[in-house]
Amino acid sequence: MSEQAWWSNQDFWRKCAIFVTAFMFVVLILLTFHSLAAISSGTDRVPAYSVINHRIDYRFDEARNMKVPVIGEEAPLFGKVLSEDEARELVDLGKLTVQAKNCMNCHTLLGNGAYYAPDLTKAWLDPGWGNEQARELLMTMFLKDPKTNARTYGTNRRMPDLDITDEEVRGIIAFLKWMSAVDTNGFPQGFEPLPQGGS
Amino acid sequence: MPAEAAMDVGAAVAEDTAVALNTRSLTAGQRLALKYFTVAMVLFVAQMLFGLLAGIQFLYPEFLYGVLDFNVNRMVHINAMIVWMLYGFIGSVYWLVEDEAGVELVGAKLANINFWVLTSAVAVVVVVYLVVQVGPGKQSTIWLINEGREYIEAPRWADIGIVVCMGVFFYTIAGTFMKGRWSGISGTLVLDLIALAGLYLAGMFYTTNLSVDQYWWWWVVHLWVEATWEVLVGCIMAWGLMKTLGARREIVTTWLYIEVALMFGAGILGLGHHYFWIGTPEYWLGIGGFFSALEPIPLVAMVVHAVYDAGRHGFQSSNHPALAWLIAHAFGNFLGAGVWGFIHTLPQINLYTHGTQWTASHGHLAFFGAYATIVIALIYIALQRWRGDVWMSADLPDRGWKWKWSLILLNVGMMGMTIALLIAGYEQSFIERAIGGSTWAAFFEGQTQPWFVQGMQWRMIFGVVMTAGLVLLLWDLLTIGRGETRPAKEVHDPAGPSGAIESGALSRAPV
Repeated sequence: MSEQAWWSNQDFWRKCAIFVTAFMFVVLILLTFHSLAAISSGTDRVPAYSVINHRIDYRFDEARNMKVPVIGEEAPLFGKVLSEDEARELVDLGKLTVQAKNCMNCHTLLGNGAYYAPDLTKAWLDPGWGNEQARELLMTMFLKDPKTNARTYGTNRRMPDLDITDEEVRGIIAFLKWMSAVDTNGFPQGFEPLPQGGS
Repeated sequence: MPAEAAMDVGAAVAEDTAVALNTRSLTAGQRLALKYFTVAMVLFVAQMLFGLLAGIQFLYPEFLYGVLDFNVNRMVHINAMIVWMLYGFIGSVYWLVEDEAGVELVGAKLANINFWVLTSAVAVVVVVYLVVQVGPGKQSTIWLINEGREYIEAPRWADIGIVVCMGVFFYTIAGTFMKGRWSGISGTLVLDLIALAGLYLAGMFYTTNLSVDQYWWWWVVHLWVEATWEVLVGCIMAWGLMKTLGARREIVTTWLYIEVALMFGAGILGLGHHYFWIGTPEYWLGIGGFFSALEPIPLVAMVVHAVYDAGRHGFQSSNHPALAWLIAHAFGNFLGAGVWGFIHTLPQINLYTHGTQWTASHGHLAFFGAYATIVIALIYIALQRWRGDVWMSADLPDRGWKWKWSLILLNVGMMGMTIALLIAGYEQSFIERAIGGSTWAAFFEGQTQPWFVQGMQWRMIFGVVMTAGLVLLLWDLLTIGRGETRPAKEVHDPAGPSGAIESGALSRAPV
């Protein structure tokens, strides 16, 4: 075996496999520390839960050459300003409900999930709700009774009735509002939010 | 124990017909492997059935609405897939462990109990999915019903159970190698199993922050299917080529190391292609794009390896169906995971394709091509021994039409579905994303376009083709080798003894 070329040498490739794997794993760990700090709630990229007290817009950013969420003036959800803890509790209920109702096996969240129903990343800002004034009511009615208030856009694909309670509905809407403020590097591309602030 | 009963019957048949041949009774590990393979095939049927139901709902949304909604069917479809592949891998490892270690399975009784515990847990989880379906927005739902996170929906109690069962599985495998001998393949396999089991823990927690949630969720999903599973099947492939072709151990082991270096070299940071749009920093666009674009390279190496080895042996194999499925694995892995992954992995394209039918297209071909194929190959290897090491090369009765046609129908069905979904995905990314700006109205605009609908219709048609292939496959698995009296074809490497462990490549652990 000693006259073997290096590239066909088993020992060389074994060492390669070990070193490459170890190196890449260390790099991933270091990047993970940085990324987790960058996406904890209350950072530039992932907002604090109390962001649901504010108007959220989605505008083009010249410097980054992509659309980014813009957090505007106070516009409390359901007309009530919440503390950070109260807001976190409400968003948490929403997130938990979204998991408990298995939403992700029809919808996508941040583009991940199933492809039977629309992406929910910017659902809070979707122009389909008409305007800011009607949005909360329409979302509530839809989630409470999706059969009667189906939004199928000419298809027959209706959301099933998932027995969502009033409090869970508020939680889901809070979660969707919070999610729409996450900086997703311009995803989804070209999305135009519903008219903001009566504009 | 229906699997054992079936085995006894099979053994009796084999004794009747092939008693004069080199029939050897199955070892404890092999008997266990057959049980895992049996459940794997049952779950394959479940995967296909619920895939068909979900596919029909794309065309007829009223179908089973309010009874078995799309989210339930889809969850069972993808969970059955993940679990049958895991069962296939566990079965494959139990099949090869004693042969590779040179000793009997350690903890066989425990391993047997483990199988029944794991299988009972899987059955309970599936029944709860189908009957209870969803729960209130409370932690109890996450713990008892489902976790609502794609691919790892299993409730927390089952997560813990899975970790315990994996621990037992790992103990029996690592223990067997420690008692017997180590080789390059078994060393790689054991290290990979540690990573595979450890990664599952990354998915076992709840957090309000969706970005953090998806960050760790991808650690499980990506680092399983695009890293540790790939290396696991690399080990199985190396062993499979030695068994079916008589390929030299030194060659397959060297290839395995090359594949591990390339696979982990590209795949670990390739994880970044899932971090483009979930809130994570912009540097992932570059890192994820670059490294995931390299991910096809090890898959090319696997094709070269498998085809070169098969060609070098003049396609003279001891088990034609198994070799055919191993070759199908090499190409399926390269096309499904490699090519279909590459086409939408760059962020400039992924911005428009992320979360569309492109992903579904890639997912279907990748899981089937990379994993279903090799499990089927190992089942054929197992069945050959079960029948008493009988002939499974050329000139099978009826020209082996069942295995050939099931191979053709399953692969043609899958390619057809993949292409149909890709066309639907192209249409979706144009209409919904590029033109419509991804609003809800744009989503439905895309879903109702004739080209999208036709894509879904063709997917359904090819899904039925695949189902026919599965029926034929199961029929073949139950009957192949029955009544065969010829002994298995001897295979060897033209250049030397086959499958022998070189003295330098192993060390016997002190007993």
